[in-house]
Amino acid sequence: MVNSDKHRNGDALFKGIAQFFALSIIAILLLMTYRMVAESMPSIRAFGVSFISGSNWDAVQGQFAALPYLYGSVVSSLLALLLAAPLSLGCALFITELAPKRLGVAIATLVELLAAIPSVIYGLWGIMVMVPWLQSTVQPFLIEHFGFIPLFSGAPYGVSMLAAVFILMIMIIPIITSITKEVLLAVPQSQKEAALALGATRWEMIRIAVLPYGRSGMLGAVILGLGRAIGETMAVTMVIGNTPQISLSLLAPAYTMPSVIANEFAEASSKLHSAALMEIGLILLVVTLIVNSLARLLLWSVSRKLGGGAK
Amino acid sequence: MKLKSLALRKSFNLGATLLMATATILVLLPLGIIFSHILKMGLQSVNLAFFTNIPQPTGVPGGGMANGLAGSAIMILMALLLGLPVGIFGAIYLTEYGKGRLATVIRFSADILAGIPSIITGMVVYTLLVVPMHGFSALAGAFALALIMIPIVLRTTEEQLKLVPVSLREASLALGVPMWRTSLKVTLRSAMTGIVTGVLLAIARVAGETAPLLFTALGNQFWSRKLTEPMAALPLQIFNFAISPYEDWHQLAWAGALVLVVLMFTLSLAARWLGRSRHS
Amino acid sequence: MNCKVQIDKLNIHFGQTHAVKDVSMDIAANSVTAIIGPSGCGKSTVLRSINRMHDMTPSARVSGRIILDGSDIYDRSLDPVSIRRRVGMVFQKPNPFPAMSIYDNVIAGYKLNGLLVKKEADQIVESSLQRVALWDEVKDRLHRSAMDLSGGQQQRLCIARTIAVRPEVILMDEPASALDPLSTLKIEELVEELKEKYTIIIVTHNMQQAARVSDVTAFFYLGEMVEMGPTKKMFTTPEKKQTEDYITGRFG
Repeated sequence: MVNSDKHRNGDALFKGIAQFFALSIIAILLLMTYRMVAESMPSIRAFGVSFISGSNWDAVQGQFAALPYLYGSVVSSLLALLLAAPLSLGCALFITELAPKRLGVAIATLVELLAAIPSVIYGLWGIMVMVPWLQSTVQPFLIEHFGFIPLFSGAPYGVSMLAAVFILMIMIIPIITSITKEVLLAVPQSQKEAALALGATRWEMIRIAVLPYGRSGMLGAVILGLGRAIGETMAVTMVIGNTPQISLSLLAPAYTMPSVIANEFAEASSKLHSAALMEIGLILLVVTLIVNSLARLLLWSVSRKLGGGAK
Repeated sequence: MKLKSLALRKSFNLGATLLMATATILVLLPLGIIFSHILKMGLQSVNLAFFTNIPQPTGVPGGGMANGLAGSAIMILMALLLGLPVGIFGAIYLTEYGKGRLATVIRFSADILAGIPSIITGMVVYTLLVVPMHGFSALAGAFALALIMIPIVLRTTEEQLKLVPVSLREASLALGVPMWRTSLKVTLRSAMTGIVTGVLLAIARVAGETAPLLFTALGNQFWSRKLTEPMAALPLQIFNFAISPYEDWHQLAWAGALVLVVLMFTLSLAARWLGRSRHS
Repeated sequence: MNCKVQIDKLNIHFGQTHAVKDVSMDIAANSVTAIIGPSGCGKSTVLRSINRMHDMTPSARVSGRIILDGSDIYDRSLDPVSIRRRVGMVFQKPNPFPAMSIYDNVIAGYKLNGLLVKKEADQIVESSLQRVALWDEVKDRLHRSAMDLSGGQQQRLCIARTIAVRPEVILMDEPASALDPLSTLKIEELVEELKEKYTIIIVTHNMQQAARVSDVTAFFYLGEMVEMGPTKKMFTTPEKKQTEDYITGRFG
């Protein structure tokens, strides 16, 4: 009987340990959110709503308002997404539906490897290669031919909103592509065969059988890409020019929420200054929590719909 | 409904095919260009001194990133010590006991945690460790990396544990082996290669993280003597040298980038190879 | 009769489903009892309740008593682990541990519990493999993976693994259904030999098999035990009409 109690204690202890660690995941999430809220309080109290409506960021005067950072984050992420989504979808369709199996696997492997390249390396390439190229070639061209549109007016600085959009696009393409690929692979073969058997061309098969099935999953992938883009720090910081202004021109430098945190947080001059940066972090956290929850729910609904058959 | 002519349908098909192929090329092209630059610039700059020396003032030749390499290795190791138990035991809980709503909440939390921008993880760890300990430290850096690692390890481990057939668990239980020994010695062991794969991928992910180290490990131009001191890390050094105005530091940044990318690809390919060898 | 296992008014529910209804049976020591019936009749469910394997299924509810040598195995003071040491189980599909060698598979019951010294181990491996007539086939490759064996060999290895921990009762859940005829024959011969030392309960969908190996046969239908009696009588002059219909192949 002693022996038997030992097992039961062992099992209970083991379950307890496993449960403790599992629950700590929730605890971490709550703790992170709580810390961000608590540390932002001085700034929230001091500035209220004007924090997200104003544009004056002045550490010397102790005035902090974050609109230019919000603007920079939203615009750079959305434009990058606009460019990246169709390319990723095209590439994922090419991998899963068109390419010979081996070529598809090779491209998919390559894309996944590229998804693993760290942000700082994209930033290094951006600042050393892409920005000079933009400054010497692309931007002068745009100014000369399209300068009459406000979007492309101004001087060629190199570092700019445009640079941030490009680098973000390059960075989120591998992520969106590989998740979209997974979603497309989960479309039942029988659906595709049914379409082909009706005499559909390959494109018609994609339109009839593949795209409707993968719709919510693909949307999930794109939104996940958006979450990545909004939180992206290093590469953007290195190429966007870090100037808190709201300019219609894509050629002008800008600033994003993660970038201002990266640049100023370690050297924040006053308690209010660091609280203001914390509040920017909090806004960033809330936005990414919403965006990621949405993406996860969409992706989960796909895997539930397809059940274990997707495996 | 009027039927479109076959010729029209075929040209649609051709057009769509061309569009998809073009998209694929547009995806691969910039990535190829980036990689070739890293290769070219990196190979020009990387040398033995890179691996043995610490950074030198600009103008002084023979600088390296030895302290950054060591610092990254130390902090990743500590992050593994902190993060692996949470990830692996959490995954065991989810597969063996997690059936109800609590398990769904935990899974969802892990997915959400994985999506939190790493710079925010850095800020939180700053308030949790750096402020109370009155200084930036390797410890804080490792803690931040561990937080990033946990959800990745948890989810990949859970996937792998789920693949272990129920029949093996039953075989062990029917031999009179208690549940906890069955979990550790049969289920976990059967999934071991898969779990190692997940851990390799988690290492690859955190090895390149820069943002969470900015306010935790901070970086260090010299060797650190204690874990409570600021510590250098490879990605931090790449960042600092890349934004510096000096040509010779830029060279070092490229060398660092090449080393980091090679490390990353090795880890990813090793993980893939392991994952594949298991299925054959 | 020396009664080894006594099942008394056993009822098993899975959620809303009433899978086993009021089953009572007495099982004699050192005998082979076969449980037959169409699929879904609850025969495997009953078998798995005898070593408390349903403890693993959260939705399963077991009521009634199963008495092993005078004590109820569902008594709260008893641990399922100690029950399972006394009541071993062989599964439908051979399930050797893939990460272990043949040798380690045989002593898995000890090894996983962190017991055993080397000298004992050698002895247990040899005698267990001898008992299942596998020793001569594998003695030169004991440290190779168990997955290299054929299906029939794997199943005999699983039986060796079960008897290595010296249980009193062995439950067999269609142990030959995944095997070829020759391997099936070997398993049947083995069952015949093993009953000298063990009490065996075997679930099978194969009536000829039940007729060949068992002393007593129980017929289950829709979660109830219709009839139980000496095998010879069950297959020649069953008392119930349903049993006769099933045995003569008129349904199921």
